[in-house]
Amino acid sequence: MSRLYGPKGWTLIGVLSFIVFVVFPVLSLKTSPDSSFHLSQYWVTLIGKVMCYAIVAIAMDLVWGYTGILSLGHGLFFALGGYAMGMYLMRQIGREGQYQSDLPDFMVFLDWKELPLAWWNSDQFWWCALLVVLVPGLLALVFGFFAFRSRVKGVYFSIITQALTFAAMLLFFRNATGFGGNNGFTDFKRILGLPITTSETRIMLFVQTGIFLIGTLLLARWIVTSKFGRVLTAIRDAETRVAFCGYNTVHYKLAIFTLSAVICGIAGALYVPQVGIINPSEMSPANSIEIAIWVAVGGRGTLTGAILGAGLVNFGKSYFTQAFPEYWLYALGLIFILVTLFLPQGVMGLLKKKT
Amino acid sequence: MTDNANASNESGGFGHIATEELDTTHGVVLYLEDISVSFDGFKALNRLSLSIDVGELRCVIGPNGAGKTTMMDVITGKTRADEGTAFFGQSIDLARFSEAEIAHAGIGRKFQKPTIFEHHSVFENLELAMKADKRVRKTLFSALSSSQRDRIAETMKQIRLNDSADRVAGLLSHGQKQWLEIGMLLMQEPKLLLLDEPVAGMSDEETERTGELFLSLAGKHSLVVVEHDMAFVEKIARKITVLHEGSVLAEGSMSQVQNDPKVIEVYLGR
Repeated sequence: MSRLYGPKGWTLIGVLSFIVFVVFPVLSLKTSPDSSFHLSQYWVTLIGKVMCYAIVAIAMDLVWGYTGILSLGHGLFFALGGYAMGMYLMRQIGREGQYQSDLPDFMVFLDWKELPLAWWNSDQFWWCALLVVLVPGLLALVFGFFAFRSRVKGVYFSIITQALTFAAMLLFFRNATGFGGNNGFTDFKRILGLPITTSETRIMLFVQTGIFLIGTLLLARWIVTSKFGRVLTAIRDAETRVAFCGYNTVHYKLAIFTLSAVICGIAGALYVPQVGIINPSEMSPANSIEIAIWVAVGGRGTLTGAILGAGLVNFGKSYFTQAFPEYWLYALGLIFILVTLFLPQGVMGLLKKKT
Repeated sequence: MTDNANASNESGGFGHIATEELDTTHGVVLYLEDISVSFDGFKALNRLSLSIDVGELRCVIGPNGAGKTTMMDVITGKTRADEGTAFFGQSIDLARFSEAEIAHAGIGRKFQKPTIFEHHSVFENLELAMKADKRVRKTLFSALSSSQRDRIAETMKQIRLNDSADRVAGLLSHGQKQWLEIGMLLMQEPKLLLLDEPVAGMSDEETERTGELFLSLAGKHSLVVVEHDMAFVEKIARKITVLHEGSVLAEGSMSQVQNDPKVIEVYLGR
């Protein structure tokens, strides 16, 4: 316990947990909607969404900040986890869809008579939960195996991960792939039998996300403070030396890349029921680049920085896209350039310098 | 995920050779025979043969491009030989193993430019290099025992960095980095140490101390030192090998080599 964080760190985590697990739920459920203390569903969803992004940022930081592998395809793992959960949510709609069929609406629309093979068992929550972990995990394992074994490094790795997520996006855009084409999945009604739009269910998902965020943070902290974590940073700084020390660096990179993909998948699965939609645009190359920007803004190689970066950029984004919708992408590009030029350690570097 | 990584690990024969004791019954730790390597038609090594005895300190010299670094690359698995055989001890055919496996088997290498982990402390650098089970899962759950801490402390004393345990390695002086790298090699408990220009950029005093360190290591380990600094070579060398155009030109004591007409021609004739 004491290895992970000092007294200050644990206190901070305790306070944040109290806010997420007690204060926010009380403000959302126990106050009247007219009260100025009331936490509206808009905010519950927004904060829940940002917490999912923060989980992704931690996963990204493990591979980029700590191991030096810049993956620009992490949005794909996130989306795959989201799609696996989306399949379950589509089946939960049951016959309440527009066509009142057992099949999801888009399949009826395409005149399909039965579920494709990929949807086997998708009405079972445990099965879809398994897919959430297995699909991103196996993809990362296989892709990583070939990439790392062939010693694909640096910018080349970044480019092929971009290509991977782009190819997947094109695949999911097709109706014939069987995942709803460019509309993806939406209009969810229930999760685990509970109506999905009520405040209670929303708060339940919110709290789940909070638990997983803190769990991910502690797991990541445990990893980076272990000898395994020190090997990862050593790979980042001098990979050849690590190999000459007798470590098989391929296995280390593969382990952290796969773990990172699994974490992203779970984050995606928590994200989809909260925002109520998943479609192939989640796999667009720009989304994956944005993940890297969160981490760069917060500070590479610090877990707190990853969470902070995801928070700052995304709350900034939700403000900007309402106030000046056309200018968000310019602002994002500007942030990235400024951070790279003046804050190579991100916001965390700035905070450290101050203290 | 770590499970999968481990499974493929074992099938690769990894960790397998680490447990085996190196067979040096004939007193030879490294044996190279007729090794040839060419890059785009340029013969970097041309039928090179060399053998190193157990506990020997061998100096390898030669003009630029003689193939000294390529020879080290072949021994450590970084470059594959086109022809010839390279054996570590009696039984380990180096051509069949990866860099990590060769390092595990007991060959440590120091690069020309010191490569250490700049963002880790001196202590952590030595910890990472220490001989241990280096598979993913074992590393994830590893904790230092008190005897391992003692070993690290001992090595820090040996390389004169015992006051800098918590210092970030990137802040060390050039000479101290060279020593740290040597210390990291020692932590691996290698049978054979390959040292590529270990005193480059060191002050006279540091060079002197490095020489003493090497002499104290010979006997317990076998050392191959590639060096340009002839004064340093003269001080530590017992047996010298002169490389030229990818093969051995001469071999013997300092005075034998210095008086060899072929060596004089190569060094003075150009």
